[in-house]
Amino acid sequence: MSALTALARLEAVAARRARPLATVRHCHLSATPLVVIPLRLAGEAGAPLAVMLGGARDEPVLLAVPQPRNRDLRFAFAAELGKVLLEYVEASRGVAEDLGPSKDGEDRVRYTGAPQLVLPNTGGVAFLRLLGRSTRFRRTEGEHAVEPAVPALGRWLTWFAERRDRPGSSLTLALTEALRLHWATGQSSVEDANLAALLGWIDPPDGLDGPAAATIAEDPARTPPAGPATDPKFDNDVLAPAIAAFDEGADGAGERVREALRTQLAPTWELCWRALDLLAALPEGASVAGRWERDRDAFTHFHQTFAEGVPQARRDSAVGAARRLHRLERAQESYEAQRAFDDPLVMAEYRLEGLAFGGTVTEADPERLDESGKRPKLRPRLRVATEDPLRLEPGATVCDAARPKVKGKIVEYGAGEVLVELTGGLGKKLTPEPGTVPEAGARVVFTSVTEGSFGPARFPEHEETPWTHGGPPAEYVPDARDAGEAWS
Amino acid sequence: MTVDPATAADAVVAAVLADLDAGHRGIVVDSPPGAGKSTLVVRATAHLAAAGERTMIVAQTNEQVDDLIERIAARHPDVTVGRLSAAGYAPSERVRAAPSVKVAGKADDLADRAVVIATAAKWATLSEGSWPWAIVDEAYQMRSDMLLRIAGRFERALFVGDPGQLDPFSTVEVERWTGLAWDPMRSAVSVLLAHNPNLPVHRLPVSWRLPASAAPVVARAFYPFTGFRSGTGPGDRRLEYGAGGMGTTYDRALDEAASSGWALYELPARHALRTDAEAVRATAALAVRLLQRGPVAHSELGSHPVRADRVAIGAAHRDQVTAIRAALGEHGEGITVDTANRLQGREYDVTVVLHPLSGRRDATAFHLEAGRLCVLASRHRHACLVVARAGIPELLDAHPSAEPVHLGVPVKFPDGWEANQAVLAHLAEHRVRAEA
Amino acid sequence: MTDDAPDLRRLRGDAPARNHDARTIAALTANPGCSRRGLLDAAGVDKQAVADHLGFAPRFGQSQFAITRGNSFEAQVKADGCAALLALLRGDLGLDVPAVTSADLAPRGEGRAARHAETRRALGRALSVGGGALLDHPMLVLDIAGRPAYLEPDVLALQLAGRLHVVEIKSFAVVDGQAEPEQVAAAARQAAVYVLALRRLVAELGHDPQRVAHDVFLVCPQNFSNRPVATPLDVRPQLAVLERQLTRLTRVDAILGELPDELSFALDDALPESVRAVEARYAPECLSSCEMAFFCREEARACGATGSLGRALRDDLGGVESVEAALALAAGAADVPPELAETAERLRLAARLRGEALGTAG
Repeated sequence: MSALTALARLEAVAARRARPLATVRHCHLSATPLVVIPLRLAGEAGAPLAVMLGGARDEPVLLAVPQPRNRDLRFAFAAELGKVLLEYVEASRGVAEDLGPSKDGEDRVRYTGAPQLVLPNTGGVAFLRLLGRSTRFRRTEGEHAVEPAVPALGRWLTWFAERRDRPGSSLTLALTEALRLHWATGQSSVEDANLAALLGWIDPPDGLDGPAAATIAEDPARTPPAGPATDPKFDNDVLAPAIAAFDEGADGAGERVREALRTQLAPTWELCWRALDLLAALPEGASVAGRWERDRDAFTHFHQTFAEGVPQARRDSAVGAARRLHRLERAQESYEAQRAFDDPLVMAEYRLEGLAFGGTVTEADPERLDESGKRPKLRPRLRVATEDPLRLEPGATVCDAARPKVKGKIVEYGAGEVLVELTGGLGKKLTPEPGTVPEAGARVVFTSVTEGSFGPARFPEHEETPWTHGGPPAEYVPDARDAGEAWS
Repeated sequence: MTVDPATAADAVVAAVLADLDAGHRGIVVDSPPGAGKSTLVVRATAHLAAAGERTMIVAQTNEQVDDLIERIAARHPDVTVGRLSAAGYAPSERVRAAPSVKVAGKADDLADRAVVIATAAKWATLSEGSWPWAIVDEAYQMRSDMLLRIAGRFERALFVGDPGQLDPFSTVEVERWTGLAWDPMRSAVSVLLAHNPNLPVHRLPVSWRLPASAAPVVARAFYPFTGFRSGTGPGDRRLEYGAGGMGTTYDRALDEAASSGWALYELPARHALRTDAEAVRATAALAVRLLQRGPVAHSELGSHPVRADRVAIGAAHRDQVTAIRAALGEHGEGITVDTANRLQGREYDVTVVLHPLSGRRDATAFHLEAGRLCVLASRHRHACLVVARAGIPELLDAHPSAEPVHLGVPVKFPDGWEANQAVLAHLAEHRVRAEA
Repeated sequence: MTDDAPDLRRLRGDAPARNHDARTIAALTANPGCSRRGLLDAAGVDKQAVADHLGFAPRFGQSQFAITRGNSFEAQVKADGCAALLALLRGDLGLDVPAVTSADLAPRGEGRAARHAETRRALGRALSVGGGALLDHPMLVLDIAGRPAYLEPDVLALQLAGRLHVVEIKSFAVVDGQAEPEQVAAAARQAAVYVLALRRLVAELGHDPQRVAHDVFLVCPQNFSNRPVATPLDVRPQLAVLERQLTRLTRVDAILGELPDELSFALDDALPESVRAVEARYAPECLSSCEMAFFCREEARACGATGSLGRALRDDLGGVESVEAALALAAGAADVPPELAETAERLRLAARLRGEALGTAG
């Protein structure tokens, strides 16, 4: 945490209300998201109890397992959930845009839309990941046959969960995380993990302030937990007797379980939509559309290869792990840089750390030429007055935060003044393209933050996994053991 | 009687060289600070060159590459060396000065070279070519995903590194790979040995850098199971000042460091920002005062005045480094100031260290990491001065121990808490309190 | 019964000492800097009752589904003389497990001291004879702050090839070789308590304490099934921490020395005042482990402590303890004491940059 975030939190304490941490929205919001609130049975890793989901605020769909220990009921639930999810995925993709042939001559397309799952918290995402793991290897024929929607659900949930690991992806949102990216509350990150408490600080109900709203939110009797864990008292006092009645075959017992679960889910359902409203009210950051395009690329690829694909492996192979780590690190770097370029409040963090400086151009020599080499080179210079504590050394490469393609280097720094020489992104001629070199009097921010330091990397093929890493792995083929894996 | 250090060290080096001829696919050599790792790399290079084996050398930074080139060219001018480098690389003076070295951007242009040397990142750009042998330097600082990318280029390899220094890290969430034998976050050596448990592992037993005053302290704190000893005895290294002190606390700390090899310059207890101005000022002032007093180092290599280029200041964070550089001003020109990460593998006569826990209200895993303190406390040939605020023992006492545990991940030793405690306990005997 | 120092007995009022179990002992390492917790624990005060009385009931309720699941899994692993467990150690871990003589030391009505004596005898026998031996429900004792705490572990001690291993059965799942790191850590801390207590007992019996292995066996359900899987767990780091903290508990005397003589945590009107008299070191992490956390949080918030926002934040403020003071520094307060000059400068810079970015500058 930086002093900047710390200060925002302190301000929130004093204001008794959350304070902004961003001036723009850094995640994409779908016009047609699928809100998903899962609950699991206490004491079990992957036993679903219920899920409330849907794309319309006033039409939540409740799926529940009246006896979570019953394997058949569980698979019936998974099949139902699978059907809802697959239907949503199909409806979300829009049409395939033709992008023209790629370098190697293959036709490329991208769907105009993509699905977006909205979960209340990171625990919900983790549970979907487990649910994906417990269903994707199931077979639709043979001894332990299940409905086709079950393994399909597993593969899609796994894909959503894995895609979420990528910094900057918006295909799966955990609302607590999304909100925390944009607001600072006057409580700690431990308490912020409670969606109701977090929202209480950001947007307290009439007549309440942040702390008062959070207090109500923390009481499970007044505000049911947002899952996936349930309130133990609810389990013992309400759910257990209802399930026992179901086991005894009492009339309407299944409905009694469902209704009990509905009382626990409905308040969170409302919170999720309120959270989406709050996020939607923020203007979208400039790079968000570009990142969503990458999400749509990934979705298009997965969707188009789904039919011939196999379930994702249990764990990454050596090559798979290295490739994935590289992709994630690359995405992380560009996500962080893009957020800083999009949002002066994020850039302020870098200014505070001395990796960026902002100020006013006092002198500009836009047509300066460096004629020391064989051919003259366009090297405009700017003198920038700044009060920021710069930590970059002369020679450091920087770019213009408003036009990250415009690169330069620091020539000298001292006494509240930085001399910057621009070296690239000015066009091909010996005079700069209009609008690339700031004029005297302009407010500018320059930074060493960049999004391109991770180039593409070369990895061996799986079958070339070297001896240092155990040699080539056996090819992964899902087997009957996977399909028959107990789920009890 | 125990054997003398040189004999003990030579025996290990001889065993390593013998293993190069013994048909092993890989050999690991653990080297504590200053135990002659680079010397071993040079000797192994010459050994393989003499046997007519083409060798690739993998280092982690351009500076390390140039260090090795300089040493190989000086010691074995007959061995032809190729330096493979990225497009923008301008050969440094010491590389251009060596007639046996050729620089190129493409491996094809270095096909005639007995030894080709490059950074791991550069090696990873090659998609073909194969060398019978590789020597991987600083192998504990190399992530295993990097090893995966370059391992196709060699048939056999010698891995050399210091297991006590900082572990590789990443900025992204890496939990999904914990427990895997090929976890990309584990070091190259760790993954290598997980898949090839029967490879020979040697340990260099003698630190030629650390003086007799430091080797036992560093060995006990950071190498509790393997240990090592110093190559020199208690009286072999001396630090003297041309000018006497004026009785200031700085002078007393410098005198303590000269006579015992260690000094703890203790500021009053207080919680502070990382860039604690008082601590920064004291750190810089100690280094400047040291130079002002005209230090002369006497050792088995003879006597020489200690100038700025033989003095380093180490800190945990980059902003501390910036602040210390600013505080040094022109009197401290030429003194190296850097973070632990960047001081890895370097050697100086005297070091001044800003303790990572100084002024902290709560210790984090970052501050407690054993490797960080190990690097900072093991760069010196003569003396190490540590600047810290009082109160670190209480901070350690109050530190909550709730580290998550991952199944299948080998326990890491030494524990950062224990290592910090051990070093502090020793430093307490060499304490000089600043005037309040 | 346990005998303890009169001053500790007085602290509890008339209440009996709350028994420690491995969980409470392991929790001693969670926030060792907290005097309040240290003192309450050392005196065996029922923190749950204290928190209830203060109006800040802890929320550590357990769902009966979780309890049922835990019990049935344990029963399954232990059924038929731990047949499933032994098969697992042979199969999953490839251990050479000989025929095992087992002793169930579960309570049959006798007192704790008698049960401990029986554990002692059974262990002594196993150690002398060697060979495979299994001790279920051993009653162990560990010295906590100068008084013996009986531990009734839900564990097994298994002797293989002359070495004793603690076997801990937990009902959280191991999925594809991975489990929740926090749960594994908690299991490792508890297992370390048993290892330590066993080592002390083994030493008392005149054997080498190192015969108790630092490798414990964690038995959990595999993936989504009831099938158990055994994973070895090296608890040396947890052992080191535990031994360190147990030594530290003796410093409770020092805390006591600074408190009024008549201080007591009896559940009466004076309780809030008594609790406040002992300094707490609240951090948000306490919420998941300490019964007193909600009370301490309220206290910390009421005095505007920066620590209630998290340890990292407090550290970033260079140790400024109050929210109000920090905000005053950020707003450019005059008369900043020299030791806060840099913090003030940094906060002012942060305030300027925030203001600039939010368009609320000057």
